Amino acid sequence: MADTHIDREALSVLREVMEEGYPELLDTFLADSESRLGELQKTSDAKVLSEVAHSFKGSASNMGAVRLAALCQELESDAKDKSPAEIVKLVAEISGEFAEVRPVYESEKHPAHTH
Amino acid sequence: MQVQEPLTILIAEDSAADRLLLSTIVRRQGHEVLTAANGAEALDLFRQQRPDLVLMDAMMPVMDGFEAARQIKALAGETLVPIIFLTSLTESEALVRCLDAGGDDFLAKPYNQVILAAKIKAMDRLRRLQATVLQQRDLIAKHHDYLLNEQRVAKAVFDKVAHSGCLSAPNIRYLQSPYALFNGDLLLAAYTPAGDMHVLLGDFTGHGLPAAVGAMPLAEVFYGMTAKGYGLAETLREMNAKLKRILPVDMFCCATLLCLSSQRRSVEVWNGGMPDGYLHRIATGERVPLAARHLPLGVLSPQAFDDCTEVHPMAVGDRVFLLSDGVIDTSDASDQLFGVERLQQVFAANREPDRLFEDIEQALRDFRGEARDDVSMVEVSLLEPAQVKPSAPVYSDSGQSCPLDWSVSFEFCGATLKRFNPLPYLLQLLLEVHGLRAQSGALYSVLAELYSNALEHGVLGLDSSLKRDAAGFARYYQQRNDRLEALQDGFVRVHLQVQPQGDGGRLVIRVDDSGKGFDVARVMDRPLDGVRLSGRGVSLVRQLGRNASWSDEGRSARVEFSWEVQA
Repeated sequence: MADTHIDREALSVLREVMEEGYPELLDTFLADSESRLGELQKTSDAKVLSEVAHSFKGSASNMGAVRLAALCQELESDAKDKSPAEIVKLVAEISGEFAEVRPVYESEKHPAHTH
Repeated sequence: MQVQEPLTILIAEDSAADRLLLSTIVRRQGHEVLTAANGAEALDLFRQQRPDLVLMDAMMPVMDGFEAARQIKALAGETLVPIIFLTSLTESEALVRCLDAGGDDFLAKPYNQVILAAKIKAMDRLRRLQATVLQQRDLIAKHHDYLLNEQRVAKAVFDKVAHSGCLSAPNIRYLQSPYALFNGDLLLAAYTPAGDMHVLLGDFTGHGLPAAVGAMPLAEVFYGMTAKGYGLAETLREMNAKLKRILPVDMFCCATLLCLSSQRRSVEVWNGGMPDGYLHRIATGERVPLAARHLPLGVLSPQAFDDCTEVHPMAVGDRVFLLSDGVIDTSDASDQLFGVERLQQVFAANREPDRLFEDIEQALRDFRGEARDDVSMVEVSLLEPAQVKPSAPVYSDSGQSCPLDWSVSFEFCGATLKRFNPLPYLLQLLLEVHGLRAQSGALYSVLAELYSNALEHGVLGLDSSLKRDAAGFARYYQQRNDRLEALQDGFVRVHLQVQPQGDGGRLVIRVDDSGKGFDVARVMDRPLDGVRLSGRGVSLVRQLGRNASWSDEGRSARVEFSWEVQA
């Protein structure tokens, strides 16, 4: 996985900070992200889009998902100016990016995993 | 690194992953953690648990971080509960909203645990500082209340002492802050047994209780000695000696002392370190300054102290005005002093003498814009003798041991005459006779008059006709001081005889002196009610006592007092 998607350094800090709570954090992040993706996909309200994107961006950045955070940032700031088609496209990109990074977080859950 | 005391920290964050991450970081740093998923939950938790610090996400459902922050700040009141906003907000407008809502700092996502620890520590320092400030403020307020209460008690005690005098007499007007005592300002007034009025306006160095402590002994001496018939000189000497003895060197009392005598139509003045007072002669409009000629009380040793007074003639209705330096030293915004010149302009512009205080106060307000609390002013006017109504002294003995058949003679010579005033002793002695107590004022006036005639005209050979005009009046008292200072011999003898007579009794007073005497027949021919400044003594004695007569060419005076029913 290329470093443009995930900040590996951030992940190792998280592992260190969370210790045995690390898998729980990963699960929480994944579940949280899925529910946010669902929210993004079922609304066209610019304000809601922007708010959800803001929260999603926050946790993505905390979890080292740098590209995901950048895409959410774009949605947060531009939701009111973009056409529905552009928004659908951007949400799809966010969804794609999440699908891209998800396996990394899944694999991070295994204690044996090392870098 | 210094070990930080664990805090209870409330984390309000809607994103579950961020909440989990943050609470883990914070817990690992040693703190107790409370978590909330929105603003409303955060507020509930705050109410229940009163955390020390809040980490607050700005954008949350149900109630956002801004509103929650505002309400938490309101609940916290004076206690500082620092709120650190957790935000990836980048727009400055949003950051301003955080601050407006009561936020104290920000923490950006992604979280950096080192920065978070540093921020928590900094906020905790601020929180403790605020707590200390509040605690000290409360302590100061408590001390302040305590001090005020002490002052209230001290003032109540002192007012009892201070108001035992005659400040309420109809011829006295004064203006003083109710707490003047704690500015060191002191105003006392009392009648002498002869019906003269002694007035003291004093100003102790310093402020607060230290300025007030000297007031009590000073008032005691003032009232005690005035009531016993001591003159200004003896009273001043005693006050100075007492203050010198009890006060530390850097403390003293500026004071002006007055003795207003309706009978002698004069005012005697001693001014030690106070601003000029003024004798306002209503007939001419002239204002004679009563300048400080002495150091304040409590500075000089008893040996070096100068009790020399000035005497000015005064007509009925004339006024003496005294003021504290609070008037002259009032300064405006640019530190200019009000000064004597402005005061004199107020005098000049004053049309109604009774409104002088108001005019001065107005001028001070115009000058300064706010009132100073250490402005003291007093104005005393001279009444007709008949208008003077000193309160009757209160005696505590039963009268069982009242002596009724005795006589006594004193001879006061040379150096004794310079300094010693025998009148208070003589009066105390005579007031053992209950029948005389009702006439103590007249008795004292007559004794004082006979004694001062014997001393001034007899022993010192002063010419009473000098006192015919104001200039002569001053010359007369100058000569009196000079001759008394140079006095080597001469005597005044006082003979008192008390005899029972029917239901009552009779006192005969005889006063002899070593002087040249005077033309008795010519003086006795004068009408009794003359208001000349000169020769008043004889006429006064004849009006107040019975069967007044002079023999031995005026060198021996004799007068009687009698009473009907024994008290």
